[in-house]
Amino acid sequence: MIAPRRTEERAEGRLLRTAAFDLTRKLSRINWFFVLLVVVLGGVGALSLYSATGSIDPYATRQLVRFAAGFALMLAIALVDIRLIARLAWPFYAIALVLLALVLKFGSVGLGAERWLSIGGIAVQPSEFMKVALVLALAHWFHRASWERVGNPFFLLPPLIAILAPVALILKEPNLGTALIVAALGGTIFFAAGVRLWKFALVLVLGGLAAPIAYAHLHGYQKQRILTFLNPARDPLGAGYNIIQAKIALGSGGLWGQGLMHASQGRLDFLPEKETDFIFTLFAEQFGFVGSLALIVLLGLIVFMAGAIALSSRHQFGRVVAFGLGMNFFLYVFVNLAMVMGLIPVGGVPLPLVSYGGSALLTTMAAFGILLSVHLHRDADFTPKREAGSL
Amino acid sequence: MRREKRRISIFTRRALMLAAGQAGLFGLLGIRLYRMQVTDGPRYATLAADNRVSARLVAPPRGEIHDRGGILLAGNKPHWRALLMVDRATNTKATLAAFELLVPLAPAERLRIRRAVAAHRPFVPVLLRDYLSWDQMAALAVNAPALPGIVVDVGTTRLYPFGTAMAHLIGYVGPPTGPQVAHDPMLALPGMRVGKTGVELAQNAPLTGAPGMVRLEVNALGRVIRDLARNPGTPGETVRLHLDATLQQQTVAELAKKKSASAVVLDLETGAVRAMGSTPSFDPTLFDTGLSAAKWKAWITDRRAPLLDKAMAGIYAPGSTFKPVTALAGLTSGGINPGTHFFCPGYLDLGGHRYWCWLHSGHGWLDLPGAICQSCDVYFYHTALATGIDRIAAMAHRLGIGVAPAIDLPGAASGFVPTLEWRHAQGKAWTLGETVIHGVGQGFDLATPIELAIMAARVATGRAISPRVAAAVGNRVLPAPPFPDLGLPKAYLALVRQGMREAVNNPLGTAYASRLPDPKIEMAGKTGSAQVFDMSQAATASNYNTLNLPWHLRPTALFIAFAPVGAPRYAAAVVVEHGNEGASAAAPIAKAVIEAALAQPPAVLPAAPGPARAAGVPA
Repeated sequence: MIAPRRTEERAEGRLLRTAAFDLTRKLSRINWFFVLLVVVLGGVGALSLYSATGSIDPYATRQLVRFAAGFALMLAIALVDIRLIARLAWPFYAIALVLLALVLKFGSVGLGAERWLSIGGIAVQPSEFMKVALVLALAHWFHRASWERVGNPFFLLPPLIAILAPVALILKEPNLGTALIVAALGGTIFFAAGVRLWKFALVLVLGGLAAPIAYAHLHGYQKQRILTFLNPARDPLGAGYNIIQAKIALGSGGLWGQGLMHASQGRLDFLPEKETDFIFTLFAEQFGFVGSLALIVLLGLIVFMAGAIALSSRHQFGRVVAFGLGMNFFLYVFVNLAMVMGLIPVGGVPLPLVSYGGSALLTTMAAFGILLSVHLHRDADFTPKREAGSL
Repeated sequence: MRREKRRISIFTRRALMLAAGQAGLFGLLGIRLYRMQVTDGPRYATLAADNRVSARLVAPPRGEIHDRGGILLAGNKPHWRALLMVDRATNTKATLAAFELLVPLAPAERLRIRRAVAAHRPFVPVLLRDYLSWDQMAALAVNAPALPGIVVDVGTTRLYPFGTAMAHLIGYVGPPTGPQVAHDPMLALPGMRVGKTGVELAQNAPLTGAPGMVRLEVNALGRVIRDLARNPGTPGETVRLHLDATLQQQTVAELAKKKSASAVVLDLETGAVRAMGSTPSFDPTLFDTGLSAAKWKAWITDRRAPLLDKAMAGIYAPGSTFKPVTALAGLTSGGINPGTHFFCPGYLDLGGHRYWCWLHSGHGWLDLPGAICQSCDVYFYHTALATGIDRIAAMAHRLGIGVAPAIDLPGAASGFVPTLEWRHAQGKAWTLGETVIHGVGQGFDLATPIELAIMAARVATGRAISPRVAAAVGNRVLPAPPFPDLGLPKAYLALVRQGMREAVNNPLGTAYASRLPDPKIEMAGKTGSAQVFDMSQAATASNYNTLNLPWHLRPTALFIAFAPVGAPRYAAAVVVEHGNEGASAAAPIAKAVIEAALAQPPAVLPAAPGPARAAGVPA
């Protein structure tokens, strides 16, 4: 009488223990090196925000709270089965597309032309979500694509539309910079997925021919940015101010930097938007070339890790997702840094993990969660159902 | 499976290609960073000496003001000044203490500097002391290592080559006020001046220009090592006036013979103000370089009001110069007709009161031109009675009296001509006796010299002439506005002009002594002498009557004129405060000024203002 009950209890307990064991086992298999990288970069961001004002309030505190929330979100997503994520890819894309359309209609314009949508009091930038959703959707598409099928132009038509639809909507906002980033993101995924090289050559040639026509259709402020970029001294107090000040702050950092809290340019409010888009200049002024290079290396390591995860995945979905998310992060970082260094026109792109801002931080952390999920489920049995089927 | 392998190898190859691209772009960023922070350091900052790049806004040079021939009326001259670059000073207090050992500061200056340091804006250095002497400048330069953050540089002072002669018209500049700085932070730059009065105020926007930026390489002591880049900003534009510097000087020289006087000369073709002066005057540069309290007190207590532009803001009873208004009001309203004669026994009895003509013995029978010529009061008593005060007021407004003149200068006052409505609104009755005296420019009648000049110009041309001062801003020539016809019958105007011509050229005329020497060129005019002892009716009352000096009780002397009679080119008005008689005090000045104006070649304006010509030897 007693024994069977004990057995049941024991079985139940074993089950519970097994679940707990599974969770711990899963957690232990998370790529903790990557997590460490993310934490270090989050710390750099908080430190920079602290140095922007010389006090922990208001930016650093809020950023730390958001980072904690984002961190939990990242780990939670990391545990989600990659196959579930794959199944949600297209629905997620559809939601992002609808949000993009909504933002055109109801969004409010912030500084410059960043379009925001207020959902329950939280400002969100649908274009941020769209970048992640696009990566997932394209990965889902190419997951079932053999080399031969990728060679078929008709097979490429739906993903091409999936790229161009959000690009068109973002262009209409109008946010030229983000539209170009999304286009570049889609393009690189096409490239990695094995789309034939001559097709890229064709697109590049056509794009080059279309550029002068496109320039004629740019908005006044967009032309202004390009012209100011070409000659910042044209208008030292107006549009050229940001670039000039960013360069002065960067340059005054020197080899070793002015030291923490000794950024005269940043502290004396020479620097515009120093807590958001231009945070790198604030960092660079304080920590110099050595510190800045270290930060760039850290950011590069994230991209490198994403690539390593991609190559370690045994399914195409994981490969493309990891590669795409890494590329998305890279584009962010590169555009922001090139912008503050005066290499490309100013375009309102934050530095991920470091710049102040909630929506971008949460999206970045969610993307990292997906990346970790790919790593965690790299060996999952995830063969496409109709690999050899025709359209 | 082979397929999958192929797919993996393609993906790996492509991903590695892109990774190489990413690495290359990161490398590009690293190289760029290296060049900016290390190699190109000298352009942005010199490393070892803890040097910094200083971006500094520089005040643009203020635009010049030229006369119609390009003679410089207002310009800039350099001077030394000491600035504090707050972000460059390691210890502001110590630096200021060291500075004070070399250049003593007044308590007020110290307070101002402390405030400016506290409210410090990026790029904007704090002005410590303007107008350093050569010794102070040298001492600061020698001791520069002990004065981190202090920079001696060259500022500009506003230069007025003609000084007092044009002070009212050109105006002066001074430091901007707090609200102005709040509105436009650029004005906080040391050396920024804003126009306070006159042309400097009216044309302040084009004269100001846009600030430039200098990027300097400065070492830790605040000493400039070199300019990295210099954008001088956009200098203010040159403003060219219609004014004629020579005529202005001649006019002011004539006015200066009197204690307190003003005059306006208008070009009848364009409405251009050729000369406009008011004496006594003041030195406009003092507002820029610093004005002593004693000087200021002397100016504002002087009963001759040197700061006031009496040509535009001096308000006087017009006296007999008002008679052309009464005459045209009577003619157009039918109160009198071109043939009307009145008999002047030397007085008019009305309602138990005797209104005297200035000639108590009487003028006898007179027609309208004769009455203007001899300035018979009784003729105009009758005319006013036959016309009514409201029609007189309407004609006065039509001719420019009692309405603020539309001129491109600030500070023009408005004269006044009463109406029945106005008097009734005061709860007072209007009497016929009041109509009588208002017909000869007394009582409540008030006018400014420029209004009188406008009236003379409108009588001379029959067109609604308005005065203009600025001729061109930068390369933009300001077009002459069209002056519409006043719609006054030519015959009536001719009659009044004939009276004014005789007033100067007929031996019986009140201003015969001031006729032009060349009999072929005639001047037309009208004298006026307005009583001022009833001070409650003169706007100048508050300035003067407490002092109660004999000079001050004498009537205002006025004269309006235009010439040449056949084809008028200039109109003028002269008012001599307490000059007693228009004929003896004001008319000779008008004669001299008109003669000088007519002697000039007709205006040949350069298409655009070139560099300023130096003024000729002042007359």
